Amino acid sequence: MERKSTERIGVFVCHCGRNIAETVDVERVTEEIGEHPSVVFSEHYDYMCSQPGQDMVRDAIKNHSLTSIVVAACSPTLHEKTFRDVVEKAGMNRYKCEIANIREQDSWVHTDKEEATAKALRITRSIVEKVRGNRELSPIEVDLHKRALIIGGGIAGMQASLDIANAGHQVVLVEREATIGGHVAKLAETFPTLDCASCILTPRMSEVANHPNIKLIVNAEVVDVEGYVGNFRVKILKKASYIDADACNLCAKCEGVCPENVLSGFDEYLSFRKAIYIPFPQAVPSTYTIDTEACLNPEGMKAVICSKCRDVCEADAINYDRSSEMIEEQAGVIVVATGYQLYAPENIGEYGAGKYPDIITSLQFERLLAPNGPTSGTPRRPSDGKIPKKLAFIHCAGSRDENHNDYCSSICCMYSSKQALLFHEHYPDSEIYNFYIDLRASGKNYEQFIKRVQDEGINYIRGKVSKIFEQDGKVTVFGIDTLKGERIEDQFDMAVLALSMVAPAGIRDLATKLGISYDDYGWISEEHPKLRPVETPTAGIFVAGVAHGPKDIQTTVAQASGAASKVLDMLSHDVITHLPTVARVERDACSACRLCVSVCPYSAITIEDGAASVNEALCEGGGLCAAICPSGAIELTNMTGIQMMSMIDAVSEEPR
Amino acid sequence: MSFRPRITAFLCQWCGSKGADMAGTSRMKYPSTVTPIRVPCTGRIDLTHVLDALTKSDGVLIGGCYTPSNCHYKHGNYQALKRVELLKVFLKQMGVNPDRVRLEWIRASEGKKFAETIRSFTEQLEKLGPLKTQEEAMPE
Repeated sequence: MERKSTERIGVFVCHCGRNIAETVDVERVTEEIGEHPSVVFSEHYDYMCSQPGQDMVRDAIKNHSLTSIVVAACSPTLHEKTFRDVVEKAGMNRYKCEIANIREQDSWVHTDKEEATAKALRITRSIVEKVRGNRELSPIEVDLHKRALIIGGGIAGMQASLDIANAGHQVVLVEREATIGGHVAKLAETFPTLDCASCILTPRMSEVANHPNIKLIVNAEVVDVEGYVGNFRVKILKKASYIDADACNLCAKCEGVCPENVLSGFDEYLSFRKAIYIPFPQAVPSTYTIDTEACLNPEGMKAVICSKCRDVCEADAINYDRSSEMIEEQAGVIVVATGYQLYAPENIGEYGAGKYPDIITSLQFERLLAPNGPTSGTPRRPSDGKIPKKLAFIHCAGSRDENHNDYCSSICCMYSSKQALLFHEHYPDSEIYNFYIDLRASGKNYEQFIKRVQDEGINYIRGKVSKIFEQDGKVTVFGIDTLKGERIEDQFDMAVLALSMVAPAGIRDLATKLGISYDDYGWISEEHPKLRPVETPTAGIFVAGVAHGPKDIQTTVAQASGAASKVLDMLSHDVITHLPTVARVERDACSACRLCVSVCPYSAITIEDGAASVNEALCEGGGLCAAICPSGAIELTNMTGIQMMSMIDAVSEEPR
Repeated sequence: MSFRPRITAFLCQWCGSKGADMAGTSRMKYPSTVTPIRVPCTGRIDLTHVLDALTKSDGVLIGGCYTPSNCHYKHGNYQALKRVELLKVFLKQMGVNPDRVRLEWIRASEGKKFAETIRSFTEQLEKLGPLKTQEEAMPE
């Protein structure tokens, strides 16, 4: 229907199949909204987002000379962009298109058709009021630093760094530990192909180390992030390195004379290392490091009590006078690839890890299997050094358990099976049991791998283990075989817990500094689970690997390359566009009281010649200034006080 | 017919509104007493907006990101918290029950919390009845 008016708004009501139309009387909404004085055209259709729906919008804009439109459909997070693209093609400014959410916030949450229809009308009317006050805007262009910052040097961060660097862009890679490589460096062999982890990883590590476009900063953490997409300013705290990496020739003499022994984190605390150490021979950067926590010299070399390593160093690479430094880097884009840590076994008291020596974590067993591990690849019991003959692998230790982590850690079925197979290949006479809840093997060739392990004679018992303890050198496992319906009480030489992957310590703080969000578990949230899986809701910040949630190496690498391709897309432009819905100042009304200056989170407002002035590139459009201004001199574009008031009127309107 | 309250909900686009979207995606049911207004940030909400909404409905909900550190605009939610606390004192002095204005932190993942908030707020307002100044029963 068409009516005559000076304002020319079109309203398009979507049925979304039955999703909206079942609960909302779309015809009535169309008819009643058509009576709004500013609405000159209203129509409804099965699927507005489909091509015919989009064509309907485009044709109506042309045929009825519409000045703005409202699409009453699903959440704006889904199709706002779709329809803004459509109107732009039809010659309308994209900011003259708004979405009324009558699906997620109406038809899906109510059952009474009368009530849901009345609410749909209230919502649609309020958006009509909003769009009436919208200005035509064009994107603000800002310069872009053609440089990427990658946080985390595990397999995800390395992959993303290499992809970006190989495309010719500068990369800054920040790693918290003394070496890059992450968890994969600790692994023996990887499922389902059983290729050796070091053989996959170490060439990539040296590629990162030697790449002219990659600046590697280890022993460092991001402590502060300012700015916005294209122009992030990042402060990185690099812990004091008392060793000149270029001078160190890895002669290992320092290690020989160091008097302090500490448990090796790289070997998952199964072996000792010195206070001056290299995490593992292939570490990158290839240099020794002093563990200041373990070194005899107190509090970061404030006093020098022992100088044995410096005295013995022929390369003169050790200097105790160095201190921590704050490095400032500029980057246009950031990739978060902070990985995971294992759930602390002490949290599962009934499984006895940490209390009994022969109940170990999966990563510890991985070190025992690794040729560069503490036992040179021959798995031995930590208690007496004997090779175990009967082994239990406990799946879901802390995963899929509402008392611990209710999610699936995604890789434990596979790696427990892999560890069982590797051990069995070494010792075919051994007896191995996998205790599982369900076997989850959904990756490519994963199911075939499980079948292969089963065919090797490795036992799988379906049921959750209730208690594990060690007595007289024997590990007793209590559990249940749910397929046979029998209780189990059996003795083993060793038990391996497949502990959950959990978000790493410090990730919540980092996310807060970056202005990105995380879920209840601490995993970084993506912008859209299906369509934008590597983008965070904050422009210019991407996520890769397990930082986003548990996943295997294959998926991690694929995701890292995905994030890298998004980064490259951004870096391929000379300027980036910034949302134009920024604050604007009515200079004549401004008394320069500076309330807006103090409340702006981005320092985007300054006082120029007696009135507030907004730096549009810095303004993020939160509107804090607009709410605090006592004289209404500063307004948020397209969400002005007048628009807010007319929206409030519209939602309060009584149904007819 | 029993009294059916009307709630105007100012929901921030990052958390509150996305929490409401999550309730929808999860098909959770709650009373249709609430009508949402999506704002960039709870820090955008001026007290005059809340007062205006309160004179035209029976209750006002403000749904934003958790304090202290989850706000997309760093501390917009904190601004909202300060303003709402101030407003509640003012409402009480005016003889309006301050429980008619409710501030909730709702994560994008907390559809359940959003639905429960609407249910409990509706029940509370049903008990309070339509807004009449000077006659409100005040909380102790």
